[in-house]
Amino acid sequence: MSPDSGAISRDEVAHLARLARLAVTDAELDVFAGQLDVILGAVARVGEVAADDIPPTSHAVPLQNVFRPDVRRPGLSQEQALAGAPAAEEGRFRVPRILGEEQ
Amino acid sequence: MSELIRLTASELASKIHSGEVSAVEAAQAHLDRIAEVDGEVHAFLHVGAEAALANAALVDEAVQAGTAPASPLAGVPLALKDVFTTTDMPTTCGSRILEGWRPPYDATLTARLRAAGITILGKTNMDEFAMGSSTEHSAYGPTRNPWDLSRIPGGSGGGSAAALAAFEAPLAIGTDTGGSIRQPAAVTGTVGVKPTYGGVSRYGLVACASSLDQGGPCARTVLDAALLHEVVAGHDPLDSTSIDAPVPAVVEAARIGAQGDLSGVRVGVVRELGGEGYQPGVRASFDAALRRLEKLGAEVVEVSCPHFEYGLAAYYLILPSEVSSNLARFDAMRYGLRVDKGASAEEVMAATREAGFGPEVKRRIILGTYALSSGYYDAYYGQAQKVRTLISRDFAAAFEQADVLVSPTAPTTAFPIGEKVDDPLAMYLNDLATIPTNLAGVAGMSVPSGLAEEDGLPVGLQIMAPALGEAVMYRVGAAFEAARDADEGGPLIARVPEVAK
Repeated sequence: MSPDSGAISRDEVAHLARLARLAVTDAELDVFAGQLDVILGAVARVGEVAADDIPPTSHAVPLQNVFRPDVRRPGLSQEQALAGAPAAEEGRFRVPRILGEEQ
Repeated sequence: MSELIRLTASELASKIHSGEVSAVEAAQAHLDRIAEVDGEVHAFLHVGAEAALANAALVDEAVQAGTAPASPLAGVPLALKDVFTTTDMPTTCGSRILEGWRPPYDATLTARLRAAGITILGKTNMDEFAMGSSTEHSAYGPTRNPWDLSRIPGGSGGGSAAALAAFEAPLAIGTDTGGSIRQPAAVTGTVGVKPTYGGVSRYGLVACASSLDQGGPCARTVLDAALLHEVVAGHDPLDSTSIDAPVPAVVEAARIGAQGDLSGVRVGVVRELGGEGYQPGVRASFDAALRRLEKLGAEVVEVSCPHFEYGLAAYYLILPSEVSSNLARFDAMRYGLRVDKGASAEEVMAATREAGFGPEVKRRIILGTYALSSGYYDAYYGQAQKVRTLISRDFAAAFEQADVLVSPTAPTTAFPIGEKVDDPLAMYLNDLATIPTNLAGVAGMSVPSGLAEEDGLPVGLQIMAPALGEAVMYRVGAAFEAARDADEGGPLIARVPEVAK
């Protein structure tokens, strides 16, 4: 099966990778496009089930909001929170530029 | 080889608590064993010898002082899957993106092990972020199956299962999102339990798919798994999905089961989990298991769960969707790897994630991003969630006819390393029989049922029970184990070959 024959094209995979912040290589795109096409072909089987009137399940256990008493409890210190940071400065995470030049 | 490493956790605990053996000796024997065989097996990513011996010394002090042990397993060594946070050891999840990461806090499960006086030997290998069925998707190289070093130990918890089968530890912890405790147990001839969803805290368990992930005990016997289950299970206010209910009395159930009477227990054979796609030796072992359960007095009935055949498809939409969202936290900003390539945060993120994630993780993130995108959401993710409802209903109906359900745990025995690693769909099929329990949040376990005729490799019997129905599951598991061991002249694990060096 060629990568472009089925559910998902190489260009779509490239677009999805950009959305997911994955700088995939051309070689990876070639492989992933074919594999994802096969996988999507298999998982599309869920569409065979007549389920129009069936409610969706997001969690097996019904979720409800859980409250705790509004009291102080220990958390991470600033030092602990920053201990694993790739870069830190003056008690803060140091990050690359977030906004573009024109913004 | 020290005799100590052949003991069950329960036997070792009683020797330690009576003062016959010290916890330090027990820890040292297992550390020696790891040093001896782990070059071949590669079950561990990190061994914390110093901390292990320090914990053991504390247990010995308590024993000498005549203090009651902190738990029935105090002083017993354990191998912890590298997906639970530990402040004194790295937590990598088998990924480059977390290489060397020291978490600032302990997982609730880790804290409970420590409070119970259990000696944590180290962190075990796994498929990256628990995505895989062979441990080949670890960034740090595969783990090898002690039954045959050229074969996979299952996954994602292959390290924990292999550590047990190689006698590197009598206890281990795994996590099970679609079978990652049970399938490795099956292919290594060990016992693995996926508790009811919400039964064991997920606080400090690095998330793969939050609505499916569940930590649980791994051991070489059902009783040992039960003892560990009672240590790690129970309500945790730090996990909002944790069930606020008493932990089922699984130790008592395992002891009752071992007496070998299952009269009055209805065992349901799931028609859809078996037959085509299952290796002949797996089917034969399963059929023999059913006869054994009948001999124990159980009533074996057939049940049908018609939507299970869509379980795999629903799972591989729901799981990647949750993965694509959960793994967004690896953004190169607060912890973990950063690849300084490009001027903007966005470029650095993309370069870091490209370098830090392996191919299976990337595939699933892309697949999940697709399944959640507008225009496809209803057809894929939305429809998969409806199928999930139907699978839960199938379970509910089946549990009206049977107390537990059974099937083979995995469709095949351990396959050769490299055989399926480039064929994602073939890899996914390993979880065919284990996925439905995760989707429905019910409990499941794998117990060794024998060796497959054609290759002499272990086969697992899967036993499933309703939510919080672990007691009957352990009872059936222990009864089956006792009967099998009695008929075969000893436990299956005694037949594992010595690791070749």
